[in-house]
Amino acid sequence: MEYEPVIGLEVHAQLLTDAKIFCGCSTKFGAAPNSHTCPICLGMPGVLPVLNKKVVEFMMKMALATNCRLNRGCLFARKNYFYPDLPKGYQISQYAQPPAEHGWVEVEIAGGKKRIGITRIHMEEDAGKLMHDEFSPVSRVDLNRTGVPLIEIVSEPDIRGAEEAAAYLRRLHETLVYLEICDGNMEEGSFRCDANVSLRPKGSETFGTRAELKNMNSFRNVQRALEYEIKRQQYLLEGGGSVVQETRLWDDTAGVSHPMRGKEEAHDYRYFPDPDLVPVVIDDAWVEAVRQTLPELPLERRERFVRDYQIPAYDAGVLTASRQLADYYEEVVRLSAEPKLASNWVMGEILRFLNEDKKEIRACPITPAALAELISLIKEGQISGKMAKEVVDQMYRTGAAPGAIIKEKGLVQITDEAALSATIAAVIAANPGQLAQYRAGKEKVFGFFVGQVMKATQGKANPQLINDLLKKMLAG
Amino acid sequence: MELYELTIHELQAKLRAGETTAAEVTASVFRRIDAVEKDVRAYISLMRKSALAEAARAEEQLRKGEAGPLAGIPIALKDITCTKGYRTTCGSRVLDNFIPPYDATVVEKLRAAGAVFTGKTNMDEFAMGSSTETSHYGTTRNPWDLGRIPGGSSGGSAAAVAAGECIASLGSDTGGSIRQPAALCGVVGLKPTYGRVSRYGLIAFASSLDQIGPFTKDVEDCAIVMNVIAGYDPAESTSVPAEVPDYRGFLGRGVEGWTVGIPQEYFVAGIDPEVEAAVRRTITLLEGAGARCVEISLPHTRYCLAVYYIIAPAEACSNLARYDGVRFGFRAEGSRDLIDLYKKSRSAGFGAEVKRRIMLGTYALSSGYYDAYYKKASQVRALIKRDFDTAFASCDAILTPTTPTPAFKIGEKTDDPMQMYLSDIFTISANLAGIPGISVPCGFSAAGLPIGVQFLAGHFQEGRLIQIASAFEKLAPSEKRRPAL
Repeated sequence: MEYEPVIGLEVHAQLLTDAKIFCGCSTKFGAAPNSHTCPICLGMPGVLPVLNKKVVEFMMKMALATNCRLNRGCLFARKNYFYPDLPKGYQISQYAQPPAEHGWVEVEIAGGKKRIGITRIHMEEDAGKLMHDEFSPVSRVDLNRTGVPLIEIVSEPDIRGAEEAAAYLRRLHETLVYLEICDGNMEEGSFRCDANVSLRPKGSETFGTRAELKNMNSFRNVQRALEYEIKRQQYLLEGGGSVVQETRLWDDTAGVSHPMRGKEEAHDYRYFPDPDLVPVVIDDAWVEAVRQTLPELPLERRERFVRDYQIPAYDAGVLTASRQLADYYEEVVRLSAEPKLASNWVMGEILRFLNEDKKEIRACPITPAALAELISLIKEGQISGKMAKEVVDQMYRTGAAPGAIIKEKGLVQITDEAALSATIAAVIAANPGQLAQYRAGKEKVFGFFVGQVMKATQGKANPQLINDLLKKMLAG
Repeated sequence: MELYELTIHELQAKLRAGETTAAEVTASVFRRIDAVEKDVRAYISLMRKSALAEAARAEEQLRKGEAGPLAGIPIALKDITCTKGYRTTCGSRVLDNFIPPYDATVVEKLRAAGAVFTGKTNMDEFAMGSSTETSHYGTTRNPWDLGRIPGGSSGGSAAAVAAGECIASLGSDTGGSIRQPAALCGVVGLKPTYGRVSRYGLIAFASSLDQIGPFTKDVEDCAIVMNVIAGYDPAESTSVPAEVPDYRGFLGRGVEGWTVGIPQEYFVAGIDPEVEAAVRRTITLLEGAGARCVEISLPHTRYCLAVYYIIAPAEACSNLARYDGVRFGFRAEGSRDLIDLYKKSRSAGFGAEVKRRIMLGTYALSSGYYDAYYKKASQVRALIKRDFDTAFASCDAILTPTTPTPAFKIGEKTDDPMQMYLSDIFTISANLAGIPGISVPCGFSAAGLPIGVQFLAGHFQEGRLIQIASAFEKLAPSEKRRPAL
């Protein structure tokens, strides 16, 4: 029998607000343990939460960007469970009456585009972090992360394979980063994903028993874990067995998943509306105000790049991978009026430098203006492409302007016909044998002459000009 | 007359006239504490040293003419209010060693008004009880009869005012915890509207019901303290940004032309005949002063206790989850693992009543039971609220007994939680509806035990409560007695 996987994803994204969701503490990552805490996020007796309005706005941005319906009112609920990283013994989350529902995003899959439904988006607070030392019997807790705002984005069970899941995740990720509401750092846990996976006979309408997958902290891991899970369930079903409803942890090193122990997952969270918080009212005026702040989203931008700049879809995809990169590219285009050349240089040299140094585009020492200047110099024939590569390398290392580098190195292309003609004449005169061969019809020798001229001019001559002059002069 | 016997307004006059000093007032109160505390046991902790410093500071302010409304007035705090740097136990072993790193908003407000804090008063553990008998720190005695309970959960705060161990005090009221002990100790106790006084720094029992309020010797003092503690607090999401009137402006205005509702459901079998007689006498006096007393119905009254004992424990089981022995408070020794640490710490840290309510609440919120219990209770709560809305459409205030009986004997109801819960039967509805209520002394039983009458008003109508309570206080001045300690 042929089986079809049914996958739903739950994504937790940490929001880039300055302050935590219910107190004024900083959300900054990497501070000394427990230095970003106060009585409120420590869950001291007697403290009360006050909602950070920015968190609601960030949630609204994502909701609008993913075509969700924003409900007029939403409630916060307490999710009750005991764990040392959860100081109040409950997490403030949202359960009944979420703020955003019924959304979708479009992903590109083999054979076209597909809509993946979004069930809901809600706000909640993050928990702290436990730190275990394998050489000590003591565990420590860092509560800096406690109360850092999260949104949870729950998909419909619309995903039909590991690759599709990865495409969906990438779409959410780039949208969050574009909106500048999440840094998207999966290693630091700013973007986390859990998956619900089940199999059913192809064509069936009912769902099979699902397993929940946790602990996948990269796109690659998500894809691997899902592939593994689909195979595991297929093997079970084909062998006449059945899937057990359970939570499984992905072990990246071993490339397998293991069930969590029953005790850890047997939770009854006893959700109920948090009496310390009042319902959040989201009126039309607020929705409109937030809508006005939305940037152009990656998919729209990609399509516009293909349409307006006449660059291939692949290039547009690379150039819009981040909002900053796309902004950079567009600035270069604006200043140089050369979309294709700009695309080649940004995708080629610039991204290569940044990848080698693991740098972000915003840290690039070459400004869009400097790159545009370089492109103009190439276009005007002042330097050759080969020279330009040398120049751009200097620009990246020193941050200097292309004009200055060219001047300093004397890299200006020889475009003076008379001077070049004299050099060519000298080269021809020095190689009578080759001249004879060429004139006898051995056209390959032409390359030899080009090389000699280049050598004589130290590569500074305009190649097109060499070609033209050589042809004329060799012909006699 | 000793200084500790005076009211806030009497002391204010003396202090401002220079007839006494804040230090003398504070010294008088501490002398009284030294004399009677061994019998009353109103306090868990005394703040003698800081009180003297605060008195000196108040004296300075009085001299400069910069004194706040409570300058030099010794005030006791229920040990459920967080005090920066001073142990706050909530009556529990779990918080025996807990020293808050911050002050509750009300503490800041009282401090800014010049108050002198005498100490932290005894209470039922986590405010769960009606007698102070569930306190980890022993039972407070009723100053009128040391063999009886002072009421609860704010029994220490009520007893301290009645015994002269402070001039006024703060309590908290989740189901009657201010009004019931006020009635049983013969003092004035007000539970403000939910959202009127900040809960920030009040250790939570049931968040949608808890409210801080004052215990005072008379209604005027009640107005004075309310002027200081009422008001919007941006640190609390459920705080209401409504304007706060000058409550003193409601004193002595009378009740001529008022309609006072007498809910028939509050005069039922089980009410002590002496209590009923005292309350009926109140009705007659008010009618004599020009109020029209009409019988009304609050039809959902009989569900109040049931609704309360679902909602309050449900919220409590969640609010008390933080006492897990991990970060602060009591931690049991010798745990094998994490679950064992939780179990041992909570088993040894909490008393029986708290555990009972945690279990009740956990059950009511459990998957499969939520709709039948918590959700249903919330729906009935809305009906209870509506009963009051309907009543206040035609009444200026509602009058009921505060408690079904005067103070009962220590140990009398400790083995019968249901009997204990019934002592709050007349006070719980105000918390469920979020409305304000005040208990004012209205007489004594033949055995010399105080009896209280309760007035209720619509949301944010504390002024009306002060108006009717002060009118009644004027009509029955002969009731001023003092406990013989």
